[in-house]
Amino acid sequence: MNENDYNFAFLDEGSKREIRRAIIKAITIPGCQIPFGSRELPIGRGWGTGGLQITLSIIGPDDILKVIDQGNDDSVNAISIKKFVSRCTGVEQTTDTQKATIIQSRHRIPEEKLGENHVLVLQVPNPEPLRSVERSVLKARQMHGDTEYSAAWLLLYEQIVRYGKITMGAGYPVLVDGRYVMAPSPIPRYDTLGLDDADCLYLFGAGREKMIYAVPPHTSVVPLDFDDFPFELENVEERVCRICGAENVYFDEIFDSETGERHYQCSDSGFCAKNAAAKQI
Amino acid sequence: MAYVAVKGGEAAIEKSIELLKLSRSEGKNSLETEVITSRMKQLVDRVMCEAGFYAPLYAAISLKQNEGSLEEAVFLMRAYRSTLTRSHTSLELDCREMRLTRRISSAFKDIPLGQILGPTYDYTHRLINFDLLSENEEELEAFKDEFLGNIERLSTPMKAARVSDLLREENLIADYEKDNTEPEDITQEKFMFPASRSVKLQTLFRADTGFISGVAYSGMRGYGASAHPTIGELRCGYMEIEIAYPLDTDESMVLGEILFTEVEAYIGSHISTSGAHDGLGIAIGYGLVFGRAETRAIAMSILDCALNNPDPSNPPNDEEFVLLHGEPLEMSGFISHLKLPHYVTYQSRLDNIRKIRRENQINGSNATSEYGEELCISDE
Amino acid sequence: MDQIMKVNELSVVYGKGCDYCRDSNNPLEKNRCPHCMAVCAVRDISLELYDSEILGVVGESGSGKTTLMKALYFDIIPTKGSAYLAAYNNGETDIFSVSSQQQRAIRNNLLGMVYQNPVMGLLMNYSSGGNVAQKLIAAGHRNVAAMQERTAQLLDHMEIPLNRVKEPPRNFSGGMQQRVQISKAIANNPPVLLLDEVTTGLDLSVQAKVLDLIRMVQKQLNISVIVVSHDLAVIRMLSDRTVVMLDGQIVEHGFTDQILEDPQHWFTQTLVHSLI
Repeated sequence: MNENDYNFAFLDEGSKREIRRAIIKAITIPGCQIPFGSRELPIGRGWGTGGLQITLSIIGPDDILKVIDQGNDDSVNAISIKKFVSRCTGVEQTTDTQKATIIQSRHRIPEEKLGENHVLVLQVPNPEPLRSVERSVLKARQMHGDTEYSAAWLLLYEQIVRYGKITMGAGYPVLVDGRYVMAPSPIPRYDTLGLDDADCLYLFGAGREKMIYAVPPHTSVVPLDFDDFPFELENVEERVCRICGAENVYFDEIFDSETGERHYQCSDSGFCAKNAAAKQI
Repeated sequence: MAYVAVKGGEAAIEKSIELLKLSRSEGKNSLETEVITSRMKQLVDRVMCEAGFYAPLYAAISLKQNEGSLEEAVFLMRAYRSTLTRSHTSLELDCREMRLTRRISSAFKDIPLGQILGPTYDYTHRLINFDLLSENEEELEAFKDEFLGNIERLSTPMKAARVSDLLREENLIADYEKDNTEPEDITQEKFMFPASRSVKLQTLFRADTGFISGVAYSGMRGYGASAHPTIGELRCGYMEIEIAYPLDTDESMVLGEILFTEVEAYIGSHISTSGAHDGLGIAIGYGLVFGRAETRAIAMSILDCALNNPDPSNPPNDEEFVLLHGEPLEMSGFISHLKLPHYVTYQSRLDNIRKIRRENQINGSNATSEYGEELCISDE
Repeated sequence: MDQIMKVNELSVVYGKGCDYCRDSNNPLEKNRCPHCMAVCAVRDISLELYDSEILGVVGESGSGKTTLMKALYFDIIPTKGSAYLAAYNNGETDIFSVSSQQQRAIRNNLLGMVYQNPVMGLLMNYSSGGNVAQKLIAAGHRNVAAMQERTAQLLDHMEIPLNRVKEPPRNFSGGMQQRVQISKAIANNPPVLLLDEVTTGLDLSVQAKVLDLIRMVQKQLNISVIVVSHDLAVIRMLSDRTVVMLDGQIVEHGFTDQILEDPQHWFTQTLVHSLI
């Protein structure tokens, strides 16, 4: 790719403006899915094109970008996306959460608390929280319009009936601002609480399904649950990161192929490196 | 089970790309794009059709760049196309004006101008021609000279009225008012349901060939109402693409011509015609493709008709099913994204399974329901 | 007696309709307009439903009974007409004029529906208990233990064995599926229950049992019921008052006994005479 052949941030200004309009609409109606004319990008649909289009539409020359995939700055897809954005914008990159202004992420919210200066862009494979209970796009849209969410709760109820427990894993559905049920993208349940009353802006982009939605700062985000079966986080207790010694964070589980031992290390690689460096000083 | 977190890096990606180049350069002969555009026409046409982008040379480069992978070639074309601005919209095409190379009807034996076979594989015997191993260009040149020397040239291009126009005069076919509302543009906006006809036709035009053929076939086998459509007309030929002359909109300019195949399939159906007739009549399914992909064009016509008779219990008649699942980039992208790491999501899932197993062990049952269904947790 | 529901000049037309068929005095060919060919499935129907009564709607198939029920349950948007529920804004607001969101709320809290085809009313792959619980969830319940207790009670009431509560309705016989639907429909104690051909297609002995249960529930809950059937025997057994429908219109109405003893309209007479 010759950088000069393409516009700043790849997309033409008209497309970027249209995407920004969808973003503004999404911010004003928290948790509501806003359709947008998703463009074809040089990376695969389903590989983060929704998040990438948001990033490309809001990024300016002074922004500092961090891209993580499942918490990891060095993951091949994170590198691929970072490389693409930096080729067509020339913006500075970082692995430091605090230093970044835009963080594009797949399936994780960074461990370090995000502030007013941060926009977290989450890549979304399936924006429709009702898809598993209503496969028709038209009917699901009608259900959102009518606030008819009994089927979403029923799914959890059925899990309790069958297994004695809510079995929903990552991507746990949440109620945003008391109005829209939203798929928070497949972040672990551990990250879900970070969406509630946050200081930063969360933007969600689904490129394949052509939807954008948002959780603005200080918005209420509540996981769906029952009085007697409250929302539960993943078990992170009694685990310690083998690299930086952190506790009570979200971990990757590592098997040592020689000894068969099981280790844990921080899923957030940027946080882990920072933490390890701080301990050495 | 060992799934150590693979942390790749820039270097690994670069080497991987070099390996691709190595793979592409196997053997001694470089593949000239001119050879691809002239001798691999059908492949080029398919790439352009699914890309929704008429550019034979770019299609050829795309095929060359990706070792002939259709999936990747369509991807390259689409990604490039999305950076282009739409500078003009062509004037309406009327396929009655097509310079025909082939035109057949399976509904009527005698049609004006007769059945024109043209180049078709339909009546070839599919036997591998091993002579092609040693075919040389001189022989081909000699054949061309001889063939072209012996044919009679027409003074005017072959054009013919549509077969359906004849039926329309009899009020057997529903006559619709011309709908000249600006079509929606699926490349610019997300389409919503219920979808307009322009959305349906655009989506079908760009859909994956295998997908639309398979779904249309399922309709013919009984998953739908269009059990056995009749090809009212299949025509193949060149259409001039014109745009309004920028300085004088009454005038037009010809940009060039494109080879199309157009199909009108007849399907018995309840219709309302403009006259007093109401009742059993003939509905038309419409198919159009770049090039000579006739099966694809017929499949499109079947699905067009099926989508105009909605029925969510049959996949071919369910617009959400047909229009959402044949998009080449979306289907290949989402299937291939499964190769991305899912460590975080999988951890969350494992955590749940372990918890439930542990608790159920305490309670003395196992982690499946009473009806034997395995623990099933949605996972993205 | 208090009026629980009132329906005014309700029409459902399939097709465009024209001035001719819009005037309910003009005769149609069966229910089809001879001018514009539109099908007037329900034509200017008005009726009232009173506290704790069972109102029967009888007519041959195609007379518009099911369309009427679907319109009252918001499954079909009526072409014209209004309806009022005493339990909704004191009966002051036409329920067809409110937003789709409000209509959902009315459906979830104030109405119960049992469809002829259980597939329409049940999620066949969810547990039977879950099917009933959905109605409770929709009404705002968020306590699983309490909902499980309530669903078990409702299903037990309908004689579904406790050990089958976790089974999906697809494993059940037609009669059992209808009983699950009834449990679901009455879960929130709605003031109005709509029953559409609930026993059609069931064996006679099963029919009798389902009808018995309906009568029992109606008495216990003091619920008002509209029951639709092509079978006058079902209507005779259940309903206090009856309306007779033909080609989308009501041709006769009155107390059920009166209609059975002394039918006035030729169609009602045919119906009654065919009843052995």
